[in-house]
Amino acid sequence: MSQATLTPQQIYRKKAAGEPVLADDTLKIRRHIFSVLLENSIGALNRVVNLFYARGFDLESVVVGISDDPSLYRMTLVTTGTARKIEQVLRHLNNLVDTVQVEDLTDQEYVERELCLLKIRYTEKNRSQIMDINDIFRGKVIDITAETLTFELTGPTTKINAFVGMMQPFGIEEMHRSGRVAMRRALVHGS
Amino acid sequence: MLKDASTKVTQPEGDGATDSTMLPTPSSVMSGAEIFVRSLEAEGVKYIFGYPGGAVIKVYDEIARLNPSFQHILVKHEQGGTHMAAGYAKVTGKAGTVLVTSGPGATNCVTGIADAFMDSVPIVVFTGQVPTHLIGNDAFQETDIIGITRSITKHSYQVRDVRDLARTIKEAYYIAETGRPGPVVVDLPKDMLAATTSFQYPEQVFIRGYNPNVPVAMKQLELAAEMIKASERPLLYVGGGTLSSRATELLTEFARITRIPVTTSLHGLSSFPETDPLSLGMLGMHGTWYANQAVQHCDLIFSVGARFDDRVTGKLDSWAPHAKVIHIDIDPSCISKNVQVDCPILGDVKEVLQKLTPLVAPKDTAAWLGEIEAWRKECPLEYEKDGLLRAQGVIQKLRAQSGGDAVVVTDVGQHQMWTAQYFQFVRPHSHITSGGLGTMGFCLPAAIGVAFGLREKGIDVPVISVSGDGGFVMNSQEMAIASAHNLPVKIIVVNNQFLGMVRQWQELFHENRYSHTNLAPTNPDFVKLAEAYHVHGVRVETPAELDAALASAWKSADAPVLIECRVQMDEMVFPMVPAGAATGDMITKRYSADDAV
Repeated sequence: MSQATLTPQQIYRKKAAGEPVLADDTLKIRRHIFSVLLENSIGALNRVVNLFYARGFDLESVVVGISDDPSLYRMTLVTTGTARKIEQVLRHLNNLVDTVQVEDLTDQEYVERELCLLKIRYTEKNRSQIMDINDIFRGKVIDITAETLTFELTGPTTKINAFVGMMQPFGIEEMHRSGRVAMRRALVHGS
Repeated sequence: MLKDASTKVTQPEGDGATDSTMLPTPSSVMSGAEIFVRSLEAEGVKYIFGYPGGAVIKVYDEIARLNPSFQHILVKHEQGGTHMAAGYAKVTGKAGTVLVTSGPGATNCVTGIADAFMDSVPIVVFTGQVPTHLIGNDAFQETDIIGITRSITKHSYQVRDVRDLARTIKEAYYIAETGRPGPVVVDLPKDMLAATTSFQYPEQVFIRGYNPNVPVAMKQLELAAEMIKASERPLLYVGGGTLSSRATELLTEFARITRIPVTTSLHGLSSFPETDPLSLGMLGMHGTWYANQAVQHCDLIFSVGARFDDRVTGKLDSWAPHAKVIHIDIDPSCISKNVQVDCPILGDVKEVLQKLTPLVAPKDTAAWLGEIEAWRKECPLEYEKDGLLRAQGVIQKLRAQSGGDAVVVTDVGQHQMWTAQYFQFVRPHSHITSGGLGTMGFCLPAAIGVAFGLREKGIDVPVISVSGDGGFVMNSQEMAIASAHNLPVKIIVVNNQFLGMVRQWQELFHENRYSHTNLAPTNPDFVKLAEAYHVHGVRVETPAELDAALASAWKSADAPVLIECRVQMDEMVFPMVPAGAATGDMITKRYSADDAV
């Protein structure tokens, strides 16, 4: 908690005492990735999502699916905010009766994947070029028509971003991204 | 500390199954409605505040058939029922119970649930619901009450299997009453009340995602003790958490040992005797000048179960600029929410004070107390005493008549602030109000709930309900309950014929444009209104008339009395920190609008 950013009150005090104030740190907005274990019960998902709206927190993506225990869902949430705000998000998530475990993975060793389905309009002229790019990213063609190619790509969000960026010039017909799914690396588990 | 809070997997003793505590034993098979009644009996419920309807008709049928050990109080409006439950809960420390039907019955409870949520009051609201196969069909009197109340409940349930009913009720009361208390809604589809299963009320609760019993960190206590020792100008800032944790005696002992002056938030009133020289009364927007001066000059704020509300702090960045902060709270999300805390102590106030008191030694705070005394003399609480009936005088007369030996319930507005300023609370748990949500219409039903709570506990002190003429009318129908159940509530209506607090802001900040705050054209005749509900009503216009009315009201031991006090209309609540201003910038008396901050 001592690492938390300064409140306006503390900034005021520091200024009064002539101490330096690193305003950048207090206002720095970071992206955080949370892994949440949630009761598999009616309304549990709604409560988590509702919390973000009701408390004025950002919510970039939510991915939910069943965990290894059928009575629990595993959820990955991506949110942005200052360190102070993120602390509040964590505490409010913990306060929900339905959350069994809440972890901020951001500063830990973790792996993340996102799934992307991308439909591209192609011509005979650019098809091989498109396929070359796909090979580089090791995507899969999962549907083809006379005019469109549909790719499946999984990877970290940065890789998906790069892939989408490369495909943009060819004309994206439709895109669907899953949002991030993340898990702590076994390496540091229990350490 | 928060690292611990971020993982909250608690190991169950058994196999971890949520329902391990409810082993099916061959007991009698009964309907959901009967299970409901038996569960409430097993939970020790003594009063439920309710209103029947189609979706819960089976429960009402069982109440008539079984003659249960609890008493059902038929309210006049469901909102009144929720406030009664809140008043009952505040005075007994046990969750209040509300039972209503689906649709409008449920939505009428929304304000009361929000009020209980903001003020951390344990209530359990059972709402009827259309049968499960009709949910989502826009059926008659269907409403998604779980969705509607999601942001204003601590937790909520919809029962989808009658076998879960008893466990759900047990969990609802457990969640409402433990940790930071709050409202829980349990939605009961009609077919769940008809379905049958064997009944056994669980003895224990295990909810793997909810563990309110946080061990107090010894390290934090030691740090707090050091900070207290090192401080020269310490100040205790006490909130409602001290009362809900039932720790008033410990707090008083702590303050007297350490000789630290005490200021309370609105909800902290009555946790420390205001007749004690260490008491500074309330702080914040309408707090005393000397309490706010103490905040601005202290070097240590020790917050005990308070949440640094914006009505307390005003402009945050200049609040208590010299102070280090210690904060006891049971809810981690309250810590460092508004004011960054130097020493957070997560835990129940009672347990923390029990462990902290042996670590502190008497302090010499004489110089600091002397400074505060000077502020007290510089700007005491005062109002014009010209022989006319003024609201502040009404409160002082109530104090004199009761000797402080009463539970005072207030509504929202000027009379609420004057009660907070002038009543001088000494008896623990003797002040109840709607602070967080500021619900007009809270007072009368809450006072009725308090009266039922006191009756249950066999405590014979009068209940005083103090409302303004605006808020009183919002739930005045509940007078019928006070008279039907012979509750000796002293109902005081402070009538200045205006929405006084809004009028005050209009005068101070909106150039005297009294937009829609004059209530005189629409106000009822309060005495006649009382009599319509079989309540004896009196109107008083002078201090002498009030004296006589109070003396006679205090003789009424088994019936409510309404006293309408016609007070001066243009009185304002001072001192005042204007919204958003710094705590040091208080308006201490009426001034010209040109001087506005």
